[in-house]
Amino acid sequence: MKAVFARFVVFALVALFLIGPLVVVVGVSVNEKQTLAFPPEGLSLAWYGQIFMDAGWRSSLFASLFLATFSAALAVAIAFPLSWFLWRRVAPWAQIFRLLGVAPFILPPVITALGLLTFWATIGAYGQPWTAVLSHAIFFVTLPLVTISLGFSSIDRSLVEAASTMGANDRTVLRTVIMPLILPYLISGFAFAFVLSLNEYIVAYMTVGFTMETLPIKIFNALRYGYTPTMAAVSVFFVAVAVLVFSLIARFGDLPRLLGAEARGADS
Amino acid sequence: MRREPPKALAHYLPIAFPALMLLVFFVIPFSTMIGVSFFKRDPSGFYTPEFVLDNYARFLSSFFAGVLSFSLFLAITVALICVVIGFPFTYLLSRASRRTQTIWLVALLAVLSLSEVIIGFAWSTLFSRTAGLSNIFVALGLMETPTALMPNFWAVTTGMVYQAFPYTVLILYPALARLDPTLLEAARTLGASPIRGFMNVIVPAMRNTLVASVIMVFVFALGSYLLPQILGRPQHWTLSVLITDQAIYQSNMPFAAAMAVFLVLFSLALVGLTIMLGSRKDEA
Repeated sequence: MKAVFARFVVFALVALFLIGPLVVVVGVSVNEKQTLAFPPEGLSLAWYGQIFMDAGWRSSLFASLFLATFSAALAVAIAFPLSWFLWRRVAPWAQIFRLLGVAPFILPPVITALGLLTFWATIGAYGQPWTAVLSHAIFFVTLPLVTISLGFSSIDRSLVEAASTMGANDRTVLRTVIMPLILPYLISGFAFAFVLSLNEYIVAYMTVGFTMETLPIKIFNALRYGYTPTMAAVSVFFVAVAVLVFSLIARFGDLPRLLGAEARGADS
Repeated sequence: MRREPPKALAHYLPIAFPALMLLVFFVIPFSTMIGVSFFKRDPSGFYTPEFVLDNYARFLSSFFAGVLSFSLFLAITVALICVVIGFPFTYLLSRASRRTQTIWLVALLAVLSLSEVIIGFAWSTLFSRTAGLSNIFVALGLMETPTALMPNFWAVTTGMVYQAFPYTVLILYPALARLDPTLLEAARTLGASPIRGFMNVIVPAMRNTLVASVIMVFVFALGSYLLPQILGRPQHWTLSVLITDQAIYQSNMPFAAAMAVFLVLFSLALVGLTIMLGSRKDEA
């Protein structure tokens, strides 16, 4: 009984710490006037409308969605064949590419950002929107790489063996056996990369900060030139997207397993 | 289909595209950056390719030493707070029902993916005079008038703990979720209280995991670049902030690159240490 109570207290305190700042942001986002006040004075959802009505915020929203969609797709396109090769072939040298794929995520982000900035500046492509897509794809390739590799490791090899004994070639096995099994991991890899790209600041700022204003860049610029409640509304929007995407992954997949616990059923 | 070494050229085909992308857009940029760190600054443009060691010589200044030691101090403080709170929390989480775990994981991932800009904005609101915590304290009668609780060192630390906490939990989670549950049961059967059992059995069994986690969170915290600017004063700026500042606002890319190379070597050494610790598995 005491243990249950202790756990409740710990969970409640951590929840308060994690949710507290977000509650305040939700509060200030529905203020009626353009002042920073909490508890909110009056109630207005106009600032949420601003995200879509105001030309500046709207174009930032589209820039962010464009960047996140294409970079996440490219990240998956890099990660999938790599994980497949590593799973299918005995090639210890190829592990170096797994390491290269994980490195940008482990090192402080400012390093990848600066590396890409010097690179784009040196080849004279600095500021082009597509450079941000490539930069984010490389920066976030870790996520689909990890989820898809996990997917491959959970495939029962005898299944593939059976298919090839019955005469299926590599291509057929890939299409009819592997793809259906890997698809959930592929989608969650895409979703992770998408959400993180949507929120990413430093790489986007260093590569295209002066030509393309993504939402995080726009919020930071707005923060420096004074407060508007639209910033709070956009932040709430970001939290909502993240919760939605991760809830979907949890609904259709096994989130604890994806994050390293035993498979469902292995423990109660 | 057994795993077999690639023999025909066609077998190499799947890895061609990923390998090319990673080499061209990660290895080459990285090497470019190392190259630029030895180049001479060109105030009108980016740099001129002329081999100099000036950028590294600037490390020897006392200003740089100050920023470096402050960055390390801040990151280690954040890492320790995160692991000290995160370890018991993750332990309790890994013992909760699958459903509870899933809900928490969704919440932790949502916070982890939040932009540093948003975290900075949220905490600066919470620490502000007009909309912050101090208003609650006034309402409760604990304070006379609302005051701003930033910019200062603790505001920066709090923001960074908020940012790094979900990361800490997700690093600890796999090890703790796979921990043998009979370990604590045995201690309990022998008469230890839950807290004593946790401190004397679980913590020692997870020693290597704990040290590795502190290092990982430390490297993660070193990467924070916006929170020190939003929640702190210039004396709270870290190496990451300084690199961004030199690259973008002072247009001194060679010096920024030199600092980045230094940060890479430092982080790599620490990550290498973590991998070494990881290969020596915990006895659990």
